[in-house]
Amino acid sequence: MHWLVEPGFWSNPVVTTALALGAVVAVVSAAVGVVVVVRGQSFAGHALTDVAMAGGAGASLVGAAPLVGFLLAGVLGGGSMEVVGAERVRDRDVATGVVLGAAAGLTALLLYFVSSASSATGSTQSVLFGSVFTVSPSVVPLGVAVAAATLATLFVVRRPLLLSSLSPELAAARGVRPRAIGLVFVVVLAASVALSALVIGAILSTALLVGPASAALRVARGLAGATLGAIVAGVAAVELGILASYDSFYWSGAHRSVPVSACVVGVVLVEVAASALWSRLRRARG
Amino acid sequence: MFAPFMVNAWLAGTFVAIVSGAVGLFVVLRQRAFAAHAIPNGAFAGAAGATLVGASPLLGLVVFAVASALGVAALGRRRDDVVTALALVTMLALGAALLAASGAYEPAIDALLFGQLLGVSRAEVVALALLVVAAGVVLALVYRPLLYSSLSEEVAAARGVAVRVLDLTFLVLLAVSAALAVPVVGALLTFALTVGPPAAARMLARGPARALALAAALSLVCVWAGIASAYVSGWPIGFFVGAYAAIEYVAARVASSWRDAGARP
Repeated sequence: MHWLVEPGFWSNPVVTTALALGAVVAVVSAAVGVVVVVRGQSFAGHALTDVAMAGGAGASLVGAAPLVGFLLAGVLGGGSMEVVGAERVRDRDVATGVVLGAAAGLTALLLYFVSSASSATGSTQSVLFGSVFTVSPSVVPLGVAVAAATLATLFVVRRPLLLSSLSPELAAARGVRPRAIGLVFVVVLAASVALSALVIGAILSTALLVGPASAALRVARGLAGATLGAIVAGVAAVELGILASYDSFYWSGAHRSVPVSACVVGVVLVEVAASALWSRLRRARG
Repeated sequence: MFAPFMVNAWLAGTFVAIVSGAVGLFVVLRQRAFAAHAIPNGAFAGAAGATLVGASPLLGLVVFAVASALGVAALGRRRDDVVTALALVTMLALGAALLAASGAYEPAIDALLFGQLLGVSRAEVVALALLVVAAGVVLALVYRPLLYSSLSEEVAAARGVAVRVLDLTFLVLLAVSAALAVPVVGALLTFALTVGPPAAARMLARGPARALALAAALSLVCVWAGIASAYVSGWPIGFFVGAYAAIEYVAARVASSWRDAGARP
């Protein structure tokens, strides 16, 4: 194994924390992501990372825990997207955009206050490109609790949620209230995205939400299979990406590592391309 | 507020507002808000790559913006938001890798994301003026078929309108205007102007020509009020433009629901 894994990978506490938290986030993102792809809410899933960022900036302004700020802003932003855009599906795109624009403006203001209160810079990039290698271990307990609550809620509402995603009329006839279900799901989505944006950054949050889920939906039959496949693909992408980023420090010669985000996105793209190829071959064979 | 050093900022803001409002109406009609957000952010990778090879960042922005527009158009069917998300993530990850390789200075990146309206040069104002003219010409040429295919793609396709070519033209127009506007006013402000005011105009105006004019006008109000508020308060302009765009949208919704309620007997 030494040719594959460079020395110190397993014994380094930073790497161990990254591997563990990355896996937790990948599981939650993949499970939520399958429903996101089925419902066509990728834009909301991405926009919520920026909305959560406003909460992160606000939290660092008042000195609160960043995760609390991320979660609060994510849930508020997701709720307002759903309330503004729920009436007609074609308004959802615009409602998401308006909330995103307003939240991004708020982030600019809060970051301005933060940077004039202290001389620290770089909070923008740490959120956008956030690195699993910089996560403090103190986030772990709360992060795992949020992840467990998100997965449990998703499991409880899975039947009415999928029914109302695939056929709103049928769901309404069976007594499901689509607006209530939509609101519950957007809160689940916001919690998952806020957690992953804080732990692994906005790029990876969106990549892990959409990539493994869309690949698994192409390959698997049935939603349970797709969810399982997405979880496997997501966890594999994170762990392989972290390994590749760690190894690249030794392999590049220049002793400069390729960012984790680029490595994980690379693995995700390979998975998506492979699934597209596989479904095309299957269709060609009839 | 109208001191000599502010003149370029007012001019640049005016030009960006007109283009964003006009292009934005089609973004709203075609439900392409995600692409409008993804393309300028993806273009950011181009600026990072250009810094690495020592080329002009603007060239990198244009090349990468057009490349991501082509990617979204080639791979995705209409409203395929998964492809848009993956394209965005790929470009951003590429940007992160290029930045790590070039070791670029951090505030330069913040400037690309949030813009530097006060640092606009005369040359950038001229470039933006040319963009207004070019975007106006392209929009005038494709106005009717683009509108037709935006409102009912199936009918337009059945009537022999080249829907895919139009979609591509539209995305390239979006990409070029984003690439020119982003370094001046920032990715944030461009996006806020592209969605909020045009969505408000669509609800208020009767007829597409009036909606186009109203979208540009509302977007101008956003920018002018934003520059004035930022000048007086000293706070970042992105906040004011984002907030005013959201206020315009909410106000238009309230107004149009009142109108609907009044129209019903």
